[in-house]
Amino acid sequence: MSSTIIDRFRDPRLAQRILDRIKGYGVEIKLMEVCGTHTMAIGRFGLRKLLPPEIDLLSGPGCPVCVTPTSVIDSVLSLKGVRVATFGDLLRVPGRGGTLEMARGRGLDVRVVYSPFDALKMAREKETVFIGVGFETTAPGVAATIITAREEGIKNFSVLSAFKLIPPAIDALLASGKSRIEGFILPGHVSTIIGSRPYQFLPERYRIGGVIAGFEPVDILEAIRDLIDQKMSNRPRIKIGYRRSVRPEGNERAKELMNRVFTVEDSLWRGLGWIKRSGLTLRDEYAQFDASRRYQLLPPSIDDDPNCRCGDVLRGLIKPPSCPLFGRSCTPDHPIGPCMVSSEGSCAAYYHYE
Amino acid sequence: MHQLLDEFKKVFDLPGLEDAHEIEDRIALTADSFVVKPIFFPGGDIGRLAVTGTINDLAMKGAIPRYLMITYIIEEGFPIDDLVKISESAQKIADEVGIKIVGGDTKVVEKGKGDGIYITTFGVGIIPDGISLSTDRIEPGDRIVINGPIGDHGVAIINAREGFGLATDLKSDCAPLSQLVQEMLKVGGVKFMRDPTRGGVATILNEVYQETGYGIIIVEEELPIRPEVRGACELLGIDPLYVANEGKVIAFTKGDPGDIIRVMRQNRYGGGSCCIGRVEEDLDGVYLKTRIGSLRPLIMLSADPLPRIC
Repeated sequence: MSSTIIDRFRDPRLAQRILDRIKGYGVEIKLMEVCGTHTMAIGRFGLRKLLPPEIDLLSGPGCPVCVTPTSVIDSVLSLKGVRVATFGDLLRVPGRGGTLEMARGRGLDVRVVYSPFDALKMAREKETVFIGVGFETTAPGVAATIITAREEGIKNFSVLSAFKLIPPAIDALLASGKSRIEGFILPGHVSTIIGSRPYQFLPERYRIGGVIAGFEPVDILEAIRDLIDQKMSNRPRIKIGYRRSVRPEGNERAKELMNRVFTVEDSLWRGLGWIKRSGLTLRDEYAQFDASRRYQLLPPSIDDDPNCRCGDVLRGLIKPPSCPLFGRSCTPDHPIGPCMVSSEGSCAAYYHYE
Repeated sequence: MHQLLDEFKKVFDLPGLEDAHEIEDRIALTADSFVVKPIFFPGGDIGRLAVTGTINDLAMKGAIPRYLMITYIIEEGFPIDDLVKISESAQKIADEVGIKIVGGDTKVVEKGKGDGIYITTFGVGIIPDGISLSTDRIEPGDRIVINGPIGDHGVAIINAREGFGLATDLKSDCAPLSQLVQEMLKVGGVKFMRDPTRGGVATILNEVYQETGYGIIIVEEELPIRPEVRGACELLGIDPLYVANEGKVIAFTKGDPGDIIRVMRQNRYGGGSCCIGRVEEDLDGVYLKTRIGSLRPLIMLSADPLPRIC
C-alpha cells in the first residue's frame, strides 16, 4: 500500500541503526514512559524484545482510565433520568456498582462519543452529562465545548470533570524518593498542548532528563538513545523529539481555552493518592456546567482491592507480572485493577503483548 | 461471545460451533442473524449483508449455495421504501450467485422494541464430491492466503455509524465469495477456509491455533491494509487485525500458494489476493512479525475493542 509520512518513522533500517547504537552504549538505565499510548506502542511494535536487557522500561501514570478514581464511575451510576456521554474506554471500568456497560444493560442511557461536541449535540434532545476524563490533551476540547454551550444557551449539558495534569504527577513520583527512574519518555500528545517548558523542573530539581517522543518505533528508540546519551554525558535536559507536533510553548490557543474554563485544584489519583494542584475543575463562572455541583455528587474516593498493586505499577516500582492478581484473577475480561481495564493500561499492554 | 457459546454447548448436543454444518449427503446448512447499524452503509445494506453472510458461511465449507430463507423482524413504522430497497439488494446478490430465495417469515414488533429491522437467514448448500475442508488437515509449512484488504467493513461501518466524518470513500467489502472459493478449490491444495467477520483476521487465526496446536506467524509487511483503514484504526486505537470483514476469505494452503493466488486474482473479489503468513511447527500462539523485525503476539480478544480517549 502507498507510503505515508508515518512510514519514515517505521523504517526498519533506521530503527535497526538506532538499536545498534543503543546496544553499543552497553549502559544500564531505568526509563519511564509516562504515557499509555507509548506503553501500547512499545508493546505493539515489540520494542521490549528488541532492546538489550540493560534497558529497563517502566510504565507511568499516563493512562487516563487507570488513574480515575472508582468513585467517578459510581457517581455516574447514581445519576437518574439523564443521558451519560463518555469516551469508549470508560465503558468497562468497574465501580462498586458495576460498569457503565452493565448499567446500560439495566436501562441507564449511556452513549459512547468520540468528541465532547457530540455530547453537546445530544444535550439538545435530553439532559446530558459528559464524563470528562483525560489529561491536558482532552481538556481543551471539552473547554471549547463548555464555552459553546454557554454561548448557545444550552442548559441541558454538564461535564463531570476528572481531568488531570501530567507534570505534577511526575513531580509527585520523584518527590516520594522511592523511584530509581533515570530518564523520562515524555508524552507527545500532552506536550503538543503544554509544550516542553512545564518539564524543566526535571533537570533543574531532580537532574533527570526527558525526551518528548512521538509514537512510532523510530521516535521511541531515538528517545531512548538520547536519554542514554544524556546519562553518559551527565547533562540532563528536556528535548523535543516529536518536532512534527510539539513546540516549546505548546498550543497557546488550547491552553487559553483550558485556563478560561478550568482552574487547577488538588486531585485524587487512583493508585497514587492525592496530588497537589494536579486536577482541573470548572471555574465558578461555568458552575452551571459542572455536573458535580449540579447533581451534588460526592467527592472522589478510592475503594480498590487491597491485593491490587496498580499503584506500584503506576509509580514504576514493579512491573505488572509481579502483581499477585496479574493474569490470574485480573484479566482484560475481568479487570480488578485500573491498569488492566484500559487498553492503554500497562497491565493490559503486558497481558496482550509481553 | 466465546463464553456464551460455552453455555450453549452445555445445553445443546452440538457437533461443533461452526457457522455452517455438513449433514448427510454432502448438504451444508447454515443460519445467521443480522442487526447491523446503520441499516444502509457505504458499500451495502442489511439485505446485501444478510445474503452475502449466509452465502459465505456455506462457501467456507466448500459448499455451492443453493437455497435461502429470509426472515424479517421489523419495527413498527419502518419505511416500506427502505424494506423494498433492502429486499432488492438481497435479491441482487442471490441472482449473482445463483442461490434461490425460497421463503421466510415477517414479524412486526412495537415501535421502540426493535432497531428498525433485523434479518435472520437460513441457507442450504451442496458440497461437491471430493471436497473436505477441516483444521485437521492443517500442518506446519502451510501458507495463509487472503483475497484482499483487511478491515474495510468494520471501519466503513464505524465511520458511518458514529459519524466522526473521516473524509473517505471507504466502502464495506461486503461480497459473496462462493464463486471465488469454488475456483480456488479447483486449483487444489486448499485445506481449510474461514471468513474473518466479527473479531477479524486475528480471531480466526487464534481459533485455528487453538484447534490445531500449531503456531502461526503473519508478516506485517505483507498485510494488505488500505491507508485510510490504517489511519482510522490508529486514530481510534484499534487494531485492523481485529476488525470485521464481510468479503474476505482466509485460506490455509499446502505449500506454495502461487497458483491459487493467480487464480484468485482473476476473480472480481480476489484482485488483492496475497500470502500473509504460514503455519509454524515449534511455536505457541499467533504472532505478527512487525516491520522492525520483532514478533508481537496476537491474542484472542473476548470483547469488541473500545475506542480510546486519547
